[in-house]
Amino acid sequence: MIPLDVRSKIEIKGLSYWYGNHQALREVTISLPEKRVTAIIGPSGCGKSTLIKSINRIGEVAGEIRIEGEVRVDGESVYGEEVDLVDLRRRVGMVFQKPNPFPQTIYRNVAFGPRLHGVADKRTLDEIVERSLRDAAMWEEVKDRLQDSAYGLSGGQQQRLCIARALAVDPEIILMDEPCSALDPTGTARIEETVAKLKDRYTVIIVTHNMQQAARVSDFTAFMLTGSLVEYNPTERVFRNPENPMTEDYITGRFG
Amino acid sequence: MSPITGRGGVRARKIFGRFAEGLCTGTTVLTVGALAYLLGGIAAGGWRTITWDFLTKAPENGMTEGGIFPAIFGTISLTVLMILMALPLGVSAAIYLNEYAGHGLVSRIIRAAVNNLAGVPSIVFGLFGLGFFILFVGRGIDRAFGLGLLFGQPAMLWAAATLAILVLPVIIVATEEALLAVPASQREAAYAVGATKWEVLRKIVLPQARSGILTGAILGVARGAGETAPLLFTGCAYFLPHLPVVQIPHTPVWVINPFDQFMQLSYHVFIMSTQSHNPTEVRPIVFGTALVLVSLTFLMNLGAILWRRRYRRLLEEARV
Amino acid sequence: MSLDPSLERTHSVVRARAMEGRVARRRKQRAIDWLAGKYFAVSGTLAIVFIMLIFIFLAREGLKALVEVHPMRFIGAVTENVITEKPEFTMTWQPVSETPKYSLVPLMAGSALVAIPATIFSGLVGLACGIFLAEIASRRVREIVKPGLELLAGVPTVIIGFFILVSVASFLQEVFHASRRLNAFVGALGVSVVIIPTIATLVEDALRAIPREIREGAYALGATRWETIRRVLIPTGASGISAALILGMGRALGETMIVLMVTGNAAVVTSDIFKSIRTMTATLAAELGEVAQGSEQYHVLFFVGMVLFTITFLLNMLAELVISRMRRKLTL
Repeated sequence: MIPLDVRSKIEIKGLSYWYGNHQALREVTISLPEKRVTAIIGPSGCGKSTLIKSINRIGEVAGEIRIEGEVRVDGESVYGEEVDLVDLRRRVGMVFQKPNPFPQTIYRNVAFGPRLHGVADKRTLDEIVERSLRDAAMWEEVKDRLQDSAYGLSGGQQQRLCIARALAVDPEIILMDEPCSALDPTGTARIEETVAKLKDRYTVIIVTHNMQQAARVSDFTAFMLTGSLVEYNPTERVFRNPENPMTEDYITGRFG
Repeated sequence: MSPITGRGGVRARKIFGRFAEGLCTGTTVLTVGALAYLLGGIAAGGWRTITWDFLTKAPENGMTEGGIFPAIFGTISLTVLMILMALPLGVSAAIYLNEYAGHGLVSRIIRAAVNNLAGVPSIVFGLFGLGFFILFVGRGIDRAFGLGLLFGQPAMLWAAATLAILVLPVIIVATEEALLAVPASQREAAYAVGATKWEVLRKIVLPQARSGILTGAILGVARGAGETAPLLFTGCAYFLPHLPVVQIPHTPVWVINPFDQFMQLSYHVFIMSTQSHNPTEVRPIVFGTALVLVSLTFLMNLGAILWRRRYRRLLEEARV
Repeated sequence: MSLDPSLERTHSVVRARAMEGRVARRRKQRAIDWLAGKYFAVSGTLAIVFIMLIFIFLAREGLKALVEVHPMRFIGAVTENVITEKPEFTMTWQPVSETPKYSLVPLMAGSALVAIPATIFSGLVGLACGIFLAEIASRRVREIVKPGLELLAGVPTVIIGFFILVSVASFLQEVFHASRRLNAFVGALGVSVVIIPTIATLVEDALRAIPREIREGAYALGATRWETIRRVLIPTGASGISAALILGMGRALGETMIVLMVTGNAAVVTSDIFKSIRTMTATLAAELGEVAQGSEQYHVLFFVGMVLFTITFLLNMLAELVISRMRRKLTL
């Protein structure tokens, strides 16, 4: 559970989630805190990616899903009838496992979101692009080559570009689905630095299979197993003195 | 904090998007509708002419009466001859591309050549048929064996050969698809017990690729039956008093005579609709001929499509 | 666990049998395998051989025209104007006359006047259909529409020409107040019917080849489906779409029967789409049957065939180039 003095941004209650016939989440209840970094760990297939995809509803792009229970952001249900997916996804940004920049210039990648949502003035766009790249700790590296193709960047740089792209639409929440799994150690280190800076302004939920990363980067950690939430506590507690024996087994490597 | 529920700007974007998507949908519907309109028009104009007599008798009275049997016979003979030539060649070429050649430059050049062959105008094939098969090969054989003018003139043989080359890309592409559909695990298993490449092909891959190759053959036949331009100077005739058959001497057996000229459905439609001396009188016959031709090609194409869907589905189920 | 002794006997019999024939069998199989490999290698080169043969034999007759006819005459010639009785430079195609005129310009203009509008129209329609198939249609709808387009592509062109002749041409003449019933516009329409399925299929392939991650990236930023299509997928698939248009144009230039039947067959140079024209393909189809083999006109016709083949060949190569650039662009 999270301390009472931290406000909860995302409330998930009794969430069960099905892809076709396969049940990926079993009655998960969790409160994710505002302006903190929460890590979600667990073995492959435990449902951690599904959990965050249920927040910005990006799982629905691939196919039919079914849910029971609720997901609320700032008290309002994300699955309500009046909910506008387009706006939801602007407010809840996402960075994917494999960097997926558009085959366009660096500038256009970052400016894509703002342009979409109506920003047309060139000067405003320039400012947004610079701010987003700074927040993603990329500005110094690319400020002289904004018109180069995004595909010329290294893996780690592309991933930070994707972070900048997500930041450009001014979201409140940033979901990260194993953002470092396709990167080398240097790239990973830069991402973790960026995440540490982001939490001043954004609520970050990061899914990772790398426990050391979770321990380094997050304030709170949730451990999941086969679709259920096993333990959810401040990170220090989870890694030093876990509540649940299964958590301890996972952390000490008894299974992986 | 702005509420999640919809704002005006977003609604406008969505409405515009739906409108644009609707345009795409409508355009597609119209396009497929054109097919229906075309087929319907031919059917409406020609169904009355289709009688048993029409399909089994020869034309009479300057084409204004009678049937089109010779054209049907000619079309079938021609396409049979064509596919006998094209299928072995096309399948072999596809086997080479898929099983032997790597992904290097050679394979890319061959594929480019296949694509180019597919893009050659059909009339150019006609010229090729005339210039190569009839004049070069045909006359060459005549000269070499002192045969006078036997091979070196328009005949079903050369028309079929010309069409075979035209149809080659269709066979190659369909066969390659069929070969690719055979999972690598099947091949690996065969190699693992010590089979040679040829044995793997013959015993494992080709039998499993049979359906796809058959589909390719049907598509090739449908394509060949519908082509007209290559036939204009390679052996097609508007009216012949006899069928392109010949009797084997001293036997009661009749076989197709590939050295003869022939009548053909698409050629018939073409000549009759553009050069007939009595356009209004032959109109029902043209419609009837067109209907027969379009029905044949349509059914063959449809059959191939449905067959392909069926065996693709079987393959997926088998894999899972 | 040791084998049942009787089983072991059978095993050793099999093993012995196998050892006996093995060496000879393997040698024979290896020889067959080698032979098969050579056979397939030869047939693999078939397509290349045929393309080269086609060009060679077109050139064999066509180049003779360059010898018999001064190359300038393929553009135009100086003739005496019948009315003013003054000499003037005209571009006419009139092989059967006292002084044969072999200008290719009217023929190429005719081909262009049909192919260009047809490609533009079919490009738009084909793009819409390709988008529909790739992004909008559900799987069930796709399973009906895609074969529908394939069937449209499979209709013999002579049937399309015939249908236009009897039903459509008159109707169009009324609607557009065309001066001639059979003209380039009707031809372009008929040709479109043939090339729309080709373009649609290629566009669909180009769009479907774009990896899912890029789509998800756009949706995750709050794009609507159409915005994803317009702002991300189409620009990303631009090479594939261009290739589709180039190939469609090649196909339009190569179409013979439809244009032969419905464009009026008047070898004149005009930019009025409602006038009768004549394409290169129609010229070949119409005249080759009636010309004496080995005559000058005969060689000129083969020369026209060479030109036609070269143009479509170049377009095909261009499309290949564009597609390979697209593949390079999409690999991160």
